Amino acid sequence: MLLSTLIVGLVLGGTFALMALGLTIQYGVARVMNLAYGELVIGGSFLTYLTIMAFGLDPFSALAIVVPFGYAASYMLYATVMRPLERRSGGSGRLEVDSILVTFGLMFLLQGIYALSFGSGFTGYSWLELPVDILGTKVAASRLIGALLALAVGSALFFAMQKTRWGMAMRAVASRPGFAPLVGIDNERHARAAFATGGALAAAGGVILSMFQPFTPTDGVFVTMKALVIIIMGGVGNLAGAIAAALMLGLIEAGVSAAVDPGLTLAATYAIFLAVLLWRPNGLFNRG
Amino acid sequence: MKDRVSPLLIVVVVAVLALVPLAVEDYGLGLAIGAMGYIALASSWALFSGPTRYISLATVAFFGFGSYTVAVLGDYLPFLLILAIAALIGLFASFVVGFATLRLAGIYFVVFSFGLAEMVRQLLTWYEVNVTGTLGRYIFVDVDGFDIYYMLLAVAVAALAIRWWIDRGRLGLAVRAIGDDEAVARHAGVDVTRVKLALFAMSSVLITLVGAIQAPRWTYVEPSIVFNPTISFLTVIMALLGGASRLWGPVFGAAPLFFLFEWLSGRFPDHYSIILGLLFIGIVFLFPEGVLARIEEFLNRVRAQRTRAAKEVPNERLA
Amino acid sequence: MVEITRRNMLMAAGTAAAAFSLGLPARGEERKSVRIGYIVSKTGVNAPGAGTTSIPNYELWAADVKAAGGLAMPDGSRLPLEIIAYDDRSQTEEVVRGIERLARHDKVDFILPPWGTGFNLAIAPLMDRFGYPQLIGTSFVPHRIDAISKWKRTFWFLGTADDYMGAFTKVISTAGKGVTNNKAAIISVADGFGIELVEEARKKLEAAGVEIVMDKSYPIGTQDFSALLNEASGSGADIFMALSYPPDTFAITKQARLTGYNPKVFYTGVGTSFPIYSDINEGQVEGVMSLGGIDNSRPEMQAYVERHEKLIGAPPDYWASSLIYTSLQILEQAIARRGLDRDAVTEEIATGSFETIVGAVKLTGNRMSDLWLLGQWQHGTFVGIAPSERQGARTPLLPKPAWA
Repeated sequence: MLLSTLIVGLVLGGTFALMALGLTIQYGVARVMNLAYGELVIGGSFLTYLTIMAFGLDPFSALAIVVPFGYAASYMLYATVMRPLERRSGGSGRLEVDSILVTFGLMFLLQGIYALSFGSGFTGYSWLELPVDILGTKVAASRLIGALLALAVGSALFFAMQKTRWGMAMRAVASRPGFAPLVGIDNERHARAAFATGGALAAAGGVILSMFQPFTPTDGVFVTMKALVIIIMGGVGNLAGAIAAALMLGLIEAGVSAAVDPGLTLAATYAIFLAVLLWRPNGLFNRG
Repeated sequence: MKDRVSPLLIVVVVAVLALVPLAVEDYGLGLAIGAMGYIALASSWALFSGPTRYISLATVAFFGFGSYTVAVLGDYLPFLLILAIAALIGLFASFVVGFATLRLAGIYFVVFSFGLAEMVRQLLTWYEVNVTGTLGRYIFVDVDGFDIYYMLLAVAVAALAIRWWIDRGRLGLAVRAIGDDEAVARHAGVDVTRVKLALFAMSSVLITLVGAIQAPRWTYVEPSIVFNPTISFLTVIMALLGGASRLWGPVFGAAPLFFLFEWLSGRFPDHYSIILGLLFIGIVFLFPEGVLARIEEFLNRVRAQRTRAAKEVPNERLA
Repeated sequence: MVEITRRNMLMAAGTAAAAFSLGLPARGEERKSVRIGYIVSKTGVNAPGAGTTSIPNYELWAADVKAAGGLAMPDGSRLPLEIIAYDDRSQTEEVVRGIERLARHDKVDFILPPWGTGFNLAIAPLMDRFGYPQLIGTSFVPHRIDAISKWKRTFWFLGTADDYMGAFTKVISTAGKGVTNNKAAIISVADGFGIELVEEARKKLEAAGVEIVMDKSYPIGTQDFSALLNEASGSGADIFMALSYPPDTFAITKQARLTGYNPKVFYTGVGTSFPIYSDINEGQVEGVMSLGGIDNSRPEMQAYVERHEKLIGAPPDYWASSLIYTSLQILEQAIARRGLDRDAVTEEIATGSFETIVGAVKLTGNRMSDLWLLGQWQHGTFVGIAPSERQGARTPLLPKPAWA
């Protein structure tokens, strides 16, 4: 019982982590508080649906199409919408408010486009989940792959950030945007790459999400909120922190559901989140 | 300062607005209530968030407290007494929340306040399901549209009047100092904690009242209906659009946006979301500091031109 | 500062005035059309529900009336429909104002109801005051207030939670006799729908001698049901009930298939009767039970499903959809008999008999009580199995076959 709860929780947390990683990169490096993040995820789900319907692929192969598309779309988005705002703000705190407002608009826009194209009801495709047996607990292959993907991407990025020149530049852009250009780092190029990487992760999350269950044009909001809670808990821009927080939330949900009362899973999530913030106002894994 | 005119303006505007219900039928009154509801929400919200620049998404938590107070007590007490109780609940809750959040800033505060509203909804749902064994309550309180409108107007006026009073007094100075730089304000001897708490409490009580006043219009409430996060988002957007740091900003964000929404949903019911999204993006690019600031800037330019023109005349004579 | 604000006040007042007076059509003596209005959740959290049941049927009905040459009047003439549709954005204040707008500003002849229990109750006092009949197809009859005597113009097409759980229990204790071990595990969504049903389920099942060995509620928005299903599976109950909403229903079913959890009775809530439920499970849903059902042997029903599929692009859901369409047919026939006088039409709806896609309907006490209360997926269709004495009732398939 305990073991199965642990496994269920970790796998669930892994999927949360996949959703949250993209947002934390977008906010941490590109400084864009992207409220339309969940809509990018759901966009990935709809695109998966289209790919499967059009080419008869299975959802895993769809990753190869959807993820690059997510990267390209977010790249364009940054260049056309975010960059002018960033330039206008001149590095001041106004970018934060502006990005909240503009991505709020983007959220409506995307929801409207999805609803118009696919209807406001449920969209989904026929797909048999393969169960994977981990120490006697059966979990969905899609969830497991989502979790592994999150871990792989998370650790690759973490490693790249710590050990490579590119990562150093990224960290410089993230922590000292004012000084980075002085040492020859192109802020904009890095911010755009970070935003696009976040978009690619969102799309991957969307593919995984579409495997569990049907989705609707308005589902993105829940994804955004969950991801926000996780990245705040982990400390903004902190990759390892986000993964740890996501796993923690997964364990809490599974644990509360199994041991306390399933009616309190979401309340417990928020209570823990609030407690963490009060205890460590800058997130669990950030200093200061 | 310039703002001796504002109280006069408030009086005039209120007088005009007070006449609105006499001139319209049911739908007009509904529109007036809807618009006034958001004006009251946005103005109350800006009372705290405008000067301190803390973006709070806890609006709907207080709004929901107000509505639920009415739903629980509606059958037993007169409405005005219920409002008083709702205000007390709002006050108490705001102190608890205020004390808890004082250490947070920036995006942490934003998400904290959102999480708080969600947690309240979850806990209330759990309580209703497991303890009272019901979910969804009926409100059969006899308060008609006119009364609702006037009460909302009163809340909006209260929010504006408090804001005006704060802006010109010592408290206003302290608040502005916090908004500019909290650390500096602290060093300059401002009791930051107390000021923030006072503002948050006033703002929260007014928001709670708005929720309580509007509740009789709905007959039936559920946590998912009155704790709908959309209400928090709309309030923020409206206030920021108008310019939350200005006295009249929230009003000039809430009223036009409200009518715009209404018009869009009637004219383009299937494209509402798309048009709204495009408008938002457009607004951010065109009105970066809020609508009011943009208008002011424009008028200043006109005025500057006029004064320059006036000055140029003697120059020409000299020549 | 002063000038600016004053000018703006005027502008705002102008906008408001324009909004108030917008397009009140000058109507001549001669009627050229019948104005039908509705406000439903096209966006927001309720949009998936409204987009699955309410909106498609409103659109289908309008198309059918148009194809028939218009709405029939008592004098035999036909008038075209003029549809006015708004979006309530899933906010209760919007739905209330939308009704005021339809009734007082657009002055529509009839109003079709919004989606869901909360919104229908929210507007019931207004519909009553403005004198419109309200034909509710997306809510149970409330059990804690006497809605029907409070609002005499409300008509209810879904029955009560009591009816549904009664029918289920009856099947369990008759057809299911000896099949199950008389133990039930129930999970329910913590929302009006789940709570009402679970209360009735407890009463009815216990009265029939079924022991409830697990009874848990979960919050709306729960994504993962592995823990709950593990517990249900471990409880040893042969009867599993999830009184759930669509996203939960889909997730629970997928999880059950994944882990091979196959109790003898598998009952899930809203969403089970959606065609997509079968699609996403590759059609492997034989034997799953839920609320509702249709009698697909009726040619009228087959024709309805076909028309729905043609216009909307998907078949209807097999619970509320056909009842919503039925309510619209009743409205249509009442208008054909009594004209556009709302009081007369309301009276006709309450007392008349009507020929609809689900058969002959006569309301009793403003309620449609002769309806499918329990359905089951059998051979790719969600058919009605109880009340068993209803014409067209299929034999329950018990125990549920394996997921295959």
